[in-house]
Amino acid sequence: MTEIDRDRGRYLIGAGLSALLTILAFAAVALGLSRGVALGIIGVTAVAQVIVQLRCFLHIDFSRQKREDLQLILFSLLLLAIMAGGTLWILANLAQRMM
Amino acid sequence: MTANLHPGLNLGESHGAAHPASENRVFGFWVFLMSDLITFGILFATYAASGTPMGLAGGPGPAQLFDLTSVALQTAFLLASSLTCGMASLSMKAHAGAGRIALWLLVTALLGGGFLMLELSDFASMLAQGAGPARSGWLSGFFALVGLHGLHITAGLLWIGVLLGLLAVQGLSDRVKTRLLLFALYWHFLDLVWIGIFSIVFLRGLA
Repeated sequence: MTEIDRDRGRYLIGAGLSALLTILAFAAVALGLSRGVALGIIGVTAVAQVIVQLRCFLHIDFSRQKREDLQLILFSLLLLAIMAGGTLWILANLAQRMM
Repeated sequence: MTANLHPGLNLGESHGAAHPASENRVFGFWVFLMSDLITFGILFATYAASGTPMGLAGGPGPAQLFDLTSVALQTAFLLASSLTCGMASLSMKAHAGAGRIALWLLVTALLGGGFLMLELSDFASMLAQGAGPARSGWLSGFFALVGLHGLHITAGLLWIGVLLGLLAVQGLSDRVKTRLLLFALYWHFLDLVWIGIFSIVFLRGLA
């Protein structure tokens, strides 16, 4: 098996897994599951699909050469958690007080 | 197996100087993509914060406006285009020739175009129902977030056009190879953002 075959397999596996996870998430809504269960399935499949695509399409993993790239992703996520999480916290609190 | 120097598919040693020459450019582009991720993230927060009765301002909500079938089709188009974009990068890595790369890029552009047509027709039907960005804070957030992603896709389609032109004029020069790597990262990144949009905006809205 050549390197190209391995790379092609990686893309195909990534696309197959992504399609499966997408179908699961849409099925949870289309089948009319209760809101709590559906939201749980959507959340889990979304995170799983992001990881699958990072691994298979963007070739990000824990190997030594790409630590900078992964660190950049993690730092961006930290910034997002502070800014987006903070926004949601403050505004949800405000909405509650204005009820 | 050659060591990877940067995110995305690596050209590998069979491409000579083009492989190490890509490292800095791809890393720089990766920094841009991460700052773009912050932009999208803040728009996600704006959208989510306005999804309250106050944010809806008595206007139409997700259940009246979103069409699950259309969103599923758009998702399928975008995922398929991500795969064909990967096939274009792979053809380049495997020295399959400029024609094969151009063909995969063309298929990617067609799938991306299909996505954009469906999205625009959804926007048009929302506008026809009086649900434009000015109707409520929630709709402003919706059009800012989903519209920005649509603009990115439009820019990507233009980029494919430029790449096809470069391939025709310059052939597979080292510079063109690096640009193809950058485009592939950009396109896969847009699919990542779309996962967030269809999960948080559409599926959560319809659940």
